Amino acid sequence: MCDFLFSSFTQTVEHGFPNQPSALAYDPKLQLMAIGTKSGAIKIYGAPGVEMTGLHKDTAAVTQIHFLYGQGRILSLLDDNTIHLWEIVQRENRSHLVEVHSFNLPGRPGIESTSATRVTVMLLKLSCDLLALGTEGGGVHFLELVLFFFKTLGHLQYIPEEYKCGKSLGPVESLQQHPQDSDKILIGYSRGLVVLWDLNSRHVDNLFLGKQQLESLVWERSGNSFVSSHSDGGYMVWAVSSSNPCTHDPISSTIPYGPFPCKAVNKILWRTTESGSPLVLFSGGMPRASYGDRHCLTILQDSSHVTLDFTSRVIDFFTIHCTDKDKEFDDPSALVVLLEEELVVIDLQMAGWPTVPAPYLAPLHSSAITCSCHISNVPPKLWERVISAGQQQCPLQNYENWPLCGGKNLAADPKPKELLLTGHEDGTVRFWDASGVSLKPLYKLSTANIFQTDGDHNDSLTQAGEEEWPPFRKVGCFDPYSDDPRLAIQKISVCKYSGKLVVAGTAGQVIVLVLSDEKSDHMIDVATVDLLQDREGFTWKGHDRLPPKSGSVVFAPGFQPVVLVQCMPPAAVTAVTLHAEWNLIAFGTSHGFGLFDYHRRSPVLARCTLHPNDSLAMEGPLSRVKSLKKSLRQSFRRIRKSRVSGKKRVQEANAQLAEHDAEVTPVQRRIEPRSADDSLSGVVRCLCFADTFLRDGTHHGPTMWAGTNSGSVYAYALDVPSQEKFSEQSVEALLGKEIQLMHRAPVVSIAVLDGRGNPLPEPYEVSRDLAKAPDMQGSHSVLIVSEEQFKVFMLPKVSAKTKFKLTAHEGCRVRKVALSNFTSVSSEEYSENALVCLTNLGDIHVFSVPALRPQVRYDCIRKEDISGIASCVFTKTGQGFYLISPSEYERFSLSARVITEPLCRVDVERPHDLSNSGKKYHGFHEIFSSFQH
Amino acid sequence: MNKNHRVPSNRTLSAVEVKSKFGAEFRRFSLDRSKPGRFDEFYGLLQHVHRIPNVDLLVGYADVHGDLLPINNDDNYHKAISMAAPLLRLFLQRKEEADYSAFGTDTVTRKKTPAALAAVLLRPDANKKKPPIIISLPKDFRPVSSIIDVDILPETHRRVRLYKHGQEKPLGFYIRDGSSVRVTPQGLEKVPGIFISRMVPGGLADSTGLLAVNDEVLEVNGIEVSGKSLDQVTDMMIANSHNLIITVKPANQRNNVVRSSGGGSSGRSTDSNTSFYGYSTPGSMVMTPSHIIQNYEPDEESEEEEDLVIEADRGAKLFPQAGARATASTSMPALPRYEPHLDLRPSNGTMASSVSVGSLNACDRGLEGRNLEEEGTVITL
Repeated sequence: MCDFLFSSFTQTVEHGFPNQPSALAYDPKLQLMAIGTKSGAIKIYGAPGVEMTGLHKDTAAVTQIHFLYGQGRILSLLDDNTIHLWEIVQRENRSHLVEVHSFNLPGRPGIESTSATRVTVMLLKLSCDLLALGTEGGGVHFLELVLFFFKTLGHLQYIPEEYKCGKSLGPVESLQQHPQDSDKILIGYSRGLVVLWDLNSRHVDNLFLGKQQLESLVWERSGNSFVSSHSDGGYMVWAVSSSNPCTHDPISSTIPYGPFPCKAVNKILWRTTESGSPLVLFSGGMPRASYGDRHCLTILQDSSHVTLDFTSRVIDFFTIHCTDKDKEFDDPSALVVLLEEELVVIDLQMAGWPTVPAPYLAPLHSSAITCSCHISNVPPKLWERVISAGQQQCPLQNYENWPLCGGKNLAADPKPKELLLTGHEDGTVRFWDASGVSLKPLYKLSTANIFQTDGDHNDSLTQAGEEEWPPFRKVGCFDPYSDDPRLAIQKISVCKYSGKLVVAGTAGQVIVLVLSDEKSDHMIDVATVDLLQDREGFTWKGHDRLPPKSGSVVFAPGFQPVVLVQCMPPAAVTAVTLHAEWNLIAFGTSHGFGLFDYHRRSPVLARCTLHPNDSLAMEGPLSRVKSLKKSLRQSFRRIRKSRVSGKKRVQEANAQLAEHDAEVTPVQRRIEPRSADDSLSGVVRCLCFADTFLRDGTHHGPTMWAGTNSGSVYAYALDVPSQEKFSEQSVEALLGKEIQLMHRAPVVSIAVLDGRGNPLPEPYEVSRDLAKAPDMQGSHSVLIVSEEQFKVFMLPKVSAKTKFKLTAHEGCRVRKVALSNFTSVSSEEYSENALVCLTNLGDIHVFSVPALRPQVRYDCIRKEDISGIASCVFTKTGQGFYLISPSEYERFSLSARVITEPLCRVDVERPHDLSNSGKKYHGFHEIFSSFQH
Repeated sequence: MNKNHRVPSNRTLSAVEVKSKFGAEFRRFSLDRSKPGRFDEFYGLLQHVHRIPNVDLLVGYADVHGDLLPINNDDNYHKAISMAAPLLRLFLQRKEEADYSAFGTDTVTRKKTPAALAAVLLRPDANKKKPPIIISLPKDFRPVSSIIDVDILPETHRRVRLYKHGQEKPLGFYIRDGSSVRVTPQGLEKVPGIFISRMVPGGLADSTGLLAVNDEVLEVNGIEVSGKSLDQVTDMMIANSHNLIITVKPANQRNNVVRSSGGGSSGRSTDSNTSFYGYSTPGSMVMTPSHIIQNYEPDEESEEEEDLVIEADRGAKLFPQAGARATASTSMPALPRYEPHLDLRPSNGTMASSVSVGSLNACDRGLEGRNLEEEGTVITL
């Protein structure tokens, strides 16, 4: 295989919402937003497609980020008390985010004596030449940012006579620059004192003797007044007048959700509008007893009052408003709220303040992701229909009025459309546009509505119980609570040409859905397939199946369920596949597999794969703990197989014990070949349909293959009537071959290769002239991938042709595997197929097909990141996705040709070029000494 | 079992006196001790001197302890010659009449290969008192372990091959993490290593006596384990469990193979350690180490890795019409064929036969009711 097919492995872009965001900033001039995370990442977003990511060397949480106004530079403050300077630089005609300087502030956390110098707030003057740092101890340090070197200008520690009471002022809570006079800053202390400080004359202009514990400050645009928010849930408006240097009382003081005790108002914004009354936006302040647990943000203007009710904590928010100095009013156009789990944008100009759908930062994990499925080269027809179905669900799906529009997306509109389908814990399947850099939600399919679940009744009750005050409005889509864990989607299979979809879930439900452009009100056909086949001695101890709704159900345009097949016992579906041309679905659980003709609504085959000694299979997920204990006794190896986290815990516990007492037996592993009666050996791991030679070398026909956890492969010859006779004649299945792999490792994938060694095309691909017909002259072969070995067998004899023993050679096991097509960089005509495999060590191996020769190997995921490895999905073009956090997919590419990465440019003008300067200052150089009354 | 029976070379005489007994007849002849030739030549010679050219023979000899031991390959022939002091007493039996019970002294029963089993069962001599232990011919034995590559490994290391063969006996050992001290250019260094932590009594590993607790595992099937985690090494061992070759540094270094420093192929091995289920050949001989290494080389592909393919019967309808209760299929299925022949040792045999029973029963399931292994199924709607 040629080298120009593979690029060096590249992790190209992250999709989704950053895990644990901790800071937010906005540059109104460049119209860019920056988000910092607890893991030390900084991400910049502008117009759709404009994305940049930077990662601090130390994984300390980013506590604050500030843009150097209009310069394309960012200052970040980490919780290890370091400040970092980032710069947007142009390389190869596109923009990247790079760290150019870092600066250690004295007073690392954890050392008590220095905690007084720990920075609590930062203020960067709009002119970008001065940085003010407020500290825990109540001091304010000034740093000059000439040529981007920190130089301490001064240090202010101030307690006015009038305010002395033996206590300190508390930490500096807020630093705000005067909107009109850039030399004046407002300093707010935790205990309530607010000071207006003149930087030039170095003296106090005004004192505001607040008595309430201060949370935040904001200027009114004119600079004639400011607003303070407090820990009692109230806010005060203060007048600033030069005639009165010491103000005791505010103009007004309001506790919006009083009179009962309220929680603190963490942050307040005050925006003037041309139309009249100012817009007040604040987070928190909810009545402590009744709604203390809500995450709210209030928007107030005159009599309009909306309490945005979020499902996760408010990290920070800002408004997009007019910053032009000549304009008299703020006139905010949008509110951007960063929550712990999603980003919400509210249009402040439209009546009713509706939300604006975001073109990026999609909360993938609005309900936990349970499986994913990628479709490459989506036919335009399916694409349009999915989009139109999505638009009817959420009509506001154009991103033209997206308020953040900094930077230019240079990437061409991706030609081949790609869909990523994610299955979720709440029984929904979400369709994402995965063609480009930003993962956009397209359509959401819910399967819960065809079942009777407990959630149905509760919903109506809570709705009725809701009070009028405060005027809550549910905003955002992050909803981690699932009504019923049985609804969770386990497997998805799609036919992109016929618009048919099969989803299968935790309670053995297999749902066949058909894409329809019309609304429909119909009954779903329900069938039950007994996979135990009357086998005696087995009693299912797990959950019940989901009761389907009786009567007809109304379905919106989109994918509409037509058939529901329920496996008995209702164990989670472990494999599913669809052949739309033959109207067949195959599905498997831990007990066996079944074949169902969804056209005639009739079962074709059910086969039990249980080993007679297997007791664990019948326990279901509810008694997992018990089974864990049981297998712990049996062997360590089995634990490792079934529940890796359990093993880790045992390992860690053992390691700890070993430290304390060397006598204790260390972690040991039993060396024993697999035997037929290992637990859960009957789990069906993969299913596949193929038109190939199973019974003899001259007649090919439909076949179905199933592979199990114990290395068994069952191959059935199917008798599928022609299209015309489909209604009269039924499909029949005959067992053709049974293969027992001697090493008994779980079979994770089966694929049939044609006479040229290429994978067979998908259903309809050939009949619709979208793919070359497979070679039916040469002899076919079947590629069987187990966790330990790859093997190619000739058909129909099933004689071993080639093999590669991965585990025996490399000491790793297959976790995910796919056949990908790699197209050459130089010629679009030339492409080769390869087997791409992710192992339990998190590395990716590429093998040629069908020779099974190792080609390349890359490190991809940390081997400790079990959920990352489990979530990995490969595309047919040599790319892949895996979850780096519950909310983010990392996209990677193995192909030299197909790479999806951000291609954007942000043009900035900078007064100084900082990256070339060589001098370095470390620490504070005090130029004028601190003063104190 | 590894007693050292070194024969001083000065006692070795040039000629070996051979006294061969077949039935009631004796023959005497002599052989050159330095040039004993091959076993098949020797076998032909025996047939010639006894004038029984077409009789299959079982050749035995009395060793220094008086035990009757077989001669059936070059190795034990050479050993017998070298051990003769100076008389070599041979006992020939017709193969079909052979009294196997006479051989050996210290043997355990094992599951018989079909041929060996047949040989025992077909024993014509029914009058004889049933011997307590039946042992088959050495050539019919399957080795369970061997020491290999003695000539290329350092003396402190031992490469052991365990033959699992799908028998019921467990491999029977555990491994753990640990640390060992290595000599490096920087001096002594403590490095992490993998060690044998436990032996299951009666297991294959235990019964060979070649592996012991605290032996450090250096390689698995030729792949170094250094830098690999305990889980990785476990996976490698399990993946290779049908033909596991582990190189260890024994914790007990006193039983090592000692080679003369003269080097070359004349290295003297004093301890062959080749074990046949506890049946070991005591004594020593002078030979090139490569002779000890392999007396049994399984054809790796066929032996270790043959997957079982069951051809389902063509005629049997495995699935009835949907909705209808199973109806008996009229066609009589043929026995399933096993494409690659597999040893039908009991452990495998059970599995294989139960499957075949299943496919057989599939056709008359409707009448017979249920069977645990049956393939055809009825769908209840």
